[in-house]
Amino acid sequence: MSEMKTKKREMKVIVFQLLDEEYGVDIHQVKSIERNQDITRVPRTPSFVKGVINLRGVVTPVIDLRSRFELPEAVHTEETRIVIVNANDLEVGMIVDAANDVIDVPDDSVEPAPEVVGGIDAEYLDGVVKLDRRLLILLNLEKVLNPDEIIELRKMKETKE
Amino acid sequence: MDMNQYLDVFVEESKEHLQAINDHMLRLENEPNEKSIVNEIFRSAHTLKGMSATMGYEDLANLTHKMENVLDAVRQDQISVTPNIIDVLFDSIDHLEAMVESIIEGGDGKRDVSHTVQTLDLIENGESVSDQVRADSGDNGIQLDEFQKSVIQESMEQGFHPYSVTIALDPNCILKAARVYMVFEVIEQVGEVIHSTPSVNELEEEKFDLDFTVTLLSKLQSDELIARIKKVSEVNKVVARPLNIETINEGKVEAAATVEEQSNISTNTETKDNEKGTSSKQTVNNKTIRVNIQRLDQLMNLFEELVIDRGRLETIASELKHPGLVDTVEHMTRLSSDLQDTLLTMRMVPIDQVFNRFPRMIRSLAKDLGKKVNLIVLGGETELDRTVIDEIGDPLVHLLRNSVDHGIELPEKREANQKVCEGKITLAAYHSGNHVYIEIEDDGGGIDREKILQKAVDNKIVDASTAADMDDHDVYQLLFASGFSTAEIVSDISGRGVGLDVVKSKIESLGGKITVTSILGQGSKFSIQLPLTMSILSVMLVTAGEETYALPLSNIVESVILTKEEIMKAHQQQVIDFRGKVVPLVSLQNVLHIPGERLADEYVSVVVVKKGDKMAALKVDSFIGQQEIVLKPLGDYLSNVFAISGATILGNGQVALILDCNDLIR
Repeated sequence: MSEMKTKKREMKVIVFQLLDEEYGVDIHQVKSIERNQDITRVPRTPSFVKGVINLRGVVTPVIDLRSRFELPEAVHTEETRIVIVNANDLEVGMIVDAANDVIDVPDDSVEPAPEVVGGIDAEYLDGVVKLDRRLLILLNLEKVLNPDEIIELRKMKETKE
Repeated sequence: MDMNQYLDVFVEESKEHLQAINDHMLRLENEPNEKSIVNEIFRSAHTLKGMSATMGYEDLANLTHKMENVLDAVRQDQISVTPNIIDVLFDSIDHLEAMVESIIEGGDGKRDVSHTVQTLDLIENGESVSDQVRADSGDNGIQLDEFQKSVIQESMEQGFHPYSVTIALDPNCILKAARVYMVFEVIEQVGEVIHSTPSVNELEEEKFDLDFTVTLLSKLQSDELIARIKKVSEVNKVVARPLNIETINEGKVEAAATVEEQSNISTNTETKDNEKGTSSKQTVNNKTIRVNIQRLDQLMNLFEELVIDRGRLETIASELKHPGLVDTVEHMTRLSSDLQDTLLTMRMVPIDQVFNRFPRMIRSLAKDLGKKVNLIVLGGETELDRTVIDEIGDPLVHLLRNSVDHGIELPEKREANQKVCEGKITLAAYHSGNHVYIEIEDDGGGIDREKILQKAVDNKIVDASTAADMDDHDVYQLLFASGFSTAEIVSDISGRGVGLDVVKSKIESLGGKITVTSILGQGSKFSIQLPLTMSILSVMLVTAGEETYALPLSNIVESVILTKEEIMKAHQQQVIDFRGKVVPLVSLQNVLHIPGERLADEYVSVVVVKKGDKMAALKVDSFIGQQEIVLKPLGDYLSNVFAISGATILGNGQVALILDCNDLIR
């Protein structure tokens, strides 16, 4: 306990790769990290929804984080991971290029995100962290996983059709 | 001390006790003189008081305390049960329920109950109500003091019987005081007057209506006593009731030592039950434990994992052909299907849980509306999956309200139509095959076909020309259309124009169906069909392109294989001729945007599905077969996906989606 007081407040962050950037989410929001597995497609959902997987008996939706942010989709490799996160009481898997690091981020090193980082709109971000030579982008999962957006997207699509 | 750990137990038990009080109150209303029921109520109230005081919910404890006082007075024959008292007690129960509800929601269980407490106090002290007691029923509200009680006790030992005698004078009697004097004369010849209500002074001054009650001691039997008093002229009616000395005693003991109340009461009830041989049974001790439903779900999930592994083992065993392994796997298969049955029955609960709040509801509803309704509940022991039980309450409430409000007519109207003035609603549940049926039947006015059609046309649900051609069944289904209400007066009970459509969609979301039948002037019947369990479904697995889908068997009419020539076109839509009916052909691959080539085979596999009386033929690539599957939700993230009602995990660990035929048929 005494150690906590002398140290600065910090949070543990799971780091994963997307395109050439490094992103982070609070470790409390991450339930597990899974290898890529068979995904059952769910018809007539937005293109970033890849489908559902069997996560130890629980049917869990999976989204491709790249296409969620309108980045070009990648071919899945050995490195590809599904990060199972929990936000807004929703459990969702996010496909990322790789996930291999857990780091401590001091609270005071988080800076507000500039308008657009790595092609991602600032509203989905909690901030950026500069660590030595690395730049870490913190995601706001509540926004990223907002189900209302799916409904809106579906409506847009329906009106287009 | 931290009470939070006990909160769950407190809430569960309070609910049970409140339900017990409720049930017994309803019985008491029918048999107001049955002391064993009062004792049951008293016991529940007492336990509730103790629990809430321990948990620190003072309002709750106070109110139950007041109720207890009133009940105690009833037990001791100090006051008798009148509709007024019943109403006040029901009122108190409503408050108690609201408090417990507030505690469940994390509140402090506080509530302003001063009015009810005041009324209870009044009743307890015999004020205002005791007048009413005499006026209402001519019953006796006897209050004996300690001295009188001890006199009774002593004289009983000398062979005297205590009686409470109610005497009614002829309405034409002119000199009432004189008659009273003569009656007292007669009594004093055979016994001793201990107490009278109203008091002797009031009687002498003729300050009473027509009847008065005397508590007396006599060696005579009640018949003889009555005969003697009746000899006095202008006496219309004499009722002699032996006083129960036990109840008198009990009051004394309790006043002296309230600490021993609990044990005292229980022994008392027991002896009384034995003596009177009443029907009230002690609750049988079914050794049970409470298990959180989440744990059962967890258990089910684990079991499903096991089933998946069993599937793998079966494949491996059949490949290796090792006799020992094959035997073991077969044994395991049998065990796991037994396990599945046990797990499923663990989730089943009797529908009584939902039904038991209805008698109260109907009672107060009927009172509010000035109607007389007798609710008959049948089949409360019928068991349903817990998930269904949790959801079915609201629709049933709605339908019952509907029956009372729109179905049962006012007493005058019923009499005018030569019906019994009390309406009858039957709520019945029963098993049949793989379904549970719940029926709500009333003997009210029935559904007026013309009125519905008029309303439907007015509200632009159908147009006048189609309305004329509709058969009764279709007309009744209009009731479930949104924006519909036929009650002439909009009441706050039902008839806000929303409702039955919500009921219908709720029942459909549970995988059930609702139908109505009715005879004008004789009543109507709403019948709900529900699946036994929500979590296990019989499906047919089909493939389309590379993907596997599950179709609920309940939707399937038939699976057929057609040649290409049998597919026709009408209005740019592919159709087939299915037993003389033209049925649209829907390609799963197209409608679900399934990637892959559309093969043009000589033969086409088709599953004919139905929704109500509409049908559609679904074009698939192949049939895999029939299977029992476990229904899993897709999760909130993917709610309302088109044509998908859920998912399941197949033996190979893959997820297959369950098709919702309602979306596919248009």
